[in-house]
Amino acid sequence: MPSTTADTAPTPCDHCGLPVPNGLIEPDAPHQFCCNGCKTVYTILHGSGLENYYKIKSAVNTNAEPAATTGGSYEELDDPAFTTTWVTQSDDGTAEVELLLEGMHCAACVWLIERLPRVANGVIDARANIRRRTVCVRYQPEHTKLSQVAQSLDKLGYAAHPARGKEAREIRLREDRKFLIRVAVAGALAGNIMLLAIALYGGSFSGITETWRTTFRWYSMALGIIVLVWPGRIFFTGALAALRTRTAHLDIPIALALLTAGVWGTLNTIRGVGEIYFDSVSVLVFLLLVGRWIQHRQQRAASDSVELMLTLTPSSATVIDDEGKAKRIPIETLQAGMSVRVAAGESFPADGIITDGSTTIDNALLTGESEPIKSIPSDQALAGATNLSSPVTVRVQAVGEHTRVGKLMQLVASASEHKSPVVRMADRIAGYFVIIVILLAIATFAIWTIKDSVSVGIEHATALLIVTCPCALGLATPMAMSVALGRSARAGMLIKSAAVLEQMARTGRSTGTMILDKTGTLTQGATAVVDTFGDPDLLKAAAAIEQSSNHPIAKAISNHFTDPQTDHPEATNITQTTAQGITGTVNDETITIGSVSFVTKNTSTQVPDDLQPKLVRLLDRALTPILVHASPSNRVALIGVGDQLRDDASESINALQSRAWNLEICSGDHPRIVESIAKQVSIPTHVGGVTPEAKSQRVADLKAARTNPSTPIVMVGDGVNDAAALASADVGIAVHGGAEASLEAADVYLVEPGVAPIVKLVDLSRSTMSTIRVCLIFSLCYNTLAASLAMMGLINALIAAILMPISSLTVVAICTRAGNRIKPTRTPEPR
Amino acid sequence: MSVIYLMIPAALLLAALGVGAFIIAAKKGQFDDLDTPALRAVFDDDETPPERQSETSNPTNKDA
Repeated sequence: MPSTTADTAPTPCDHCGLPVPNGLIEPDAPHQFCCNGCKTVYTILHGSGLENYYKIKSAVNTNAEPAATTGGSYEELDDPAFTTTWVTQSDDGTAEVELLLEGMHCAACVWLIERLPRVANGVIDARANIRRRTVCVRYQPEHTKLSQVAQSLDKLGYAAHPARGKEAREIRLREDRKFLIRVAVAGALAGNIMLLAIALYGGSFSGITETWRTTFRWYSMALGIIVLVWPGRIFFTGALAALRTRTAHLDIPIALALLTAGVWGTLNTIRGVGEIYFDSVSVLVFLLLVGRWIQHRQQRAASDSVELMLTLTPSSATVIDDEGKAKRIPIETLQAGMSVRVAAGESFPADGIITDGSTTIDNALLTGESEPIKSIPSDQALAGATNLSSPVTVRVQAVGEHTRVGKLMQLVASASEHKSPVVRMADRIAGYFVIIVILLAIATFAIWTIKDSVSVGIEHATALLIVTCPCALGLATPMAMSVALGRSARAGMLIKSAAVLEQMARTGRSTGTMILDKTGTLTQGATAVVDTFGDPDLLKAAAAIEQSSNHPIAKAISNHFTDPQTDHPEATNITQTTAQGITGTVNDETITIGSVSFVTKNTSTQVPDDLQPKLVRLLDRALTPILVHASPSNRVALIGVGDQLRDDASESINALQSRAWNLEICSGDHPRIVESIAKQVSIPTHVGGVTPEAKSQRVADLKAARTNPSTPIVMVGDGVNDAAALASADVGIAVHGGAEASLEAADVYLVEPGVAPIVKLVDLSRSTMSTIRVCLIFSLCYNTLAASLAMMGLINALIAAILMPISSLTVVAICTRAGNRIKPTRTPEPR
Repeated sequence: MSVIYLMIPAALLLAALGVGAFIIAAKKGQFDDLDTPALRAVFDDDETPPERQSETSNPTNKDA
């Protein structure tokens, strides 16, 4: 419970359990909250009899995270343009809509979201889906509006976003169902064929009448053929597609074995003599399909998570009409010539010219510039940039694909198209495999034809083709990959394509190249206080004044010096000079804060001698010096602000370099800043002031220049300016907090901030590939054994039926080791 | 023994019924979400009135 006397232990928030900042503690209130969001949710839960949430939450024991209520109006959801497209109306007058939710991550969330009908009037039913983080809401349109439903969800701490791309999702859903049905059919048929096979094997040991033998064989054949043409068809179509494009694929040897077994088994059934292999074949098809289905599911989970993050960009804009009235409209209906109001903290919905108000704009995601830009009327604002300090009105010039971002996205699309497909290790092996197996089959046929007769030759050659079916090989890759994808997701990396693991593991003997973006990747991507010199009391006074300003530097200073354990001095008489500085009175002293020139001019003082070398050092490190002066005491303090290097950057860079990666920095930021960061993390190659197009070109140049095409070129970035480069690199890694475009273009998305997860990714890839290699060796040993037995003429259907599943099961057991050295992370940084 | 002539088709028919039921269930979306129902089942006692929760030791449950 809240305790106002706790001086040592921080007071926990009554909703999320995180410490309450001292400034927010209300000594007389019965409950303490760390933020308004938590307070809102707590009040609603207690008002609706939903306190059980806390019980469930403590039972599932998840990470503490403050409630992320946005207080948005969600008006845009009521726009007919939206409702007609995304809301399904039923005959009984109810409507159904799917919404993507932020912040749903545990059982307690599911429980709470599905209690939505208790909180929101007119909602009949809410079904959550934890994997896709969506909720399907059925409501009565005559009793409530969609915006009210979304507001209710928001008040519970789950910001709602319209789930777009309904059609694509439904196609995917149908695909998934078809896949599952194939697995089920193969399983049921395999089970029944095995029952018949037991009767046949039993009969071959203890005698069986010819009638029964023939009956069971015909039944086996009928069921076996169904397995081959229905669920087993995907191996044949896969093999055909590979043959047509003249690429090696694991489906080719699998299809070869299935085809031989099918044809030979059918012939033998009709002839009434010889082996039929339908039992082995059906079990193989079943096991291979299970392996592929598991991998398919893991990959889908990763892409679903990314889909959610893609929707976190503004989907609506506030339009000001001629009479000055504001209205939220969906972004699709926005047109050039309209006037749009953009509040502080929002991002610009379109390219345009500022007509009213002055502000600072953060272009970091778009251009990589770490320092916010001061903008006044008639300045340009770009779609996707963030408006930092104060609301402005913008006259729209370009929307959608005509914006700078839109053009960059076209670059991304074309880069993705020209990306060459990855030749997977299993497929490369499959190429040799087919040739060796066919040669062996010919040899077996020749030897036995000479030794015995043509029919014995065919018999043994066929047995060889069947028992060497690379089922273990076919199972090893998908199983190991899906285990690794699952482990990586738990360790904070969402991998969209399993091929990434193979690419990332390809260093060691050869050196891979990794291009790192600076802003937001190596650095925090936000202005923060890096260094301070001078009287701490004076700095605290400065922070008290800066609290009243919205400027990013002011925010950085006030955040840095806000000590929850002590009281803040009162600041009065505050006057701001745009983009230069601020003055105020604290404890009867006039404090002037701002750029060096602003402070020296306004207070007619000079920077004291002892601070001069420090000032030079700050400039060397590419930090912005902020001077603080107090009069009449004439004390001076110096603060260095800038985009700070991430804590883990140096360590991770060293770890990557020791794992045979060449690193280089490629940033859109000022070369001076890039150089200083490169020096701090000891990366010799670095370029600054690079345009997004040039970044992509740099990746293309490196790809063209490499001598060994299998050495990977990896791009790591966060912003729109990196997107094209991410798409054209062999592996694109988007770091935590990246822009929509970079998420879409990247193959891997890091859920945790910083570069440390990349080291984990490299380790995971290596561990997975070594597991796969062990599997391959096992499966090749099995195949060698089976091939030699077949060549000696010792394989019969029973030995095949025992040997093949055992090899598959051994491989599955080994695969669970994939990536097991990677520790899952359970405590992401609280935001 | 001739009963086997009857039993095999009967067994296969049963299997076919099972598979058919599975296909219908899959097409209706029964297996679209394999994660949430597992969580849903654990906390099904939500209709409990708030008073009944006093037996819990969770301090955050106390009312103001």
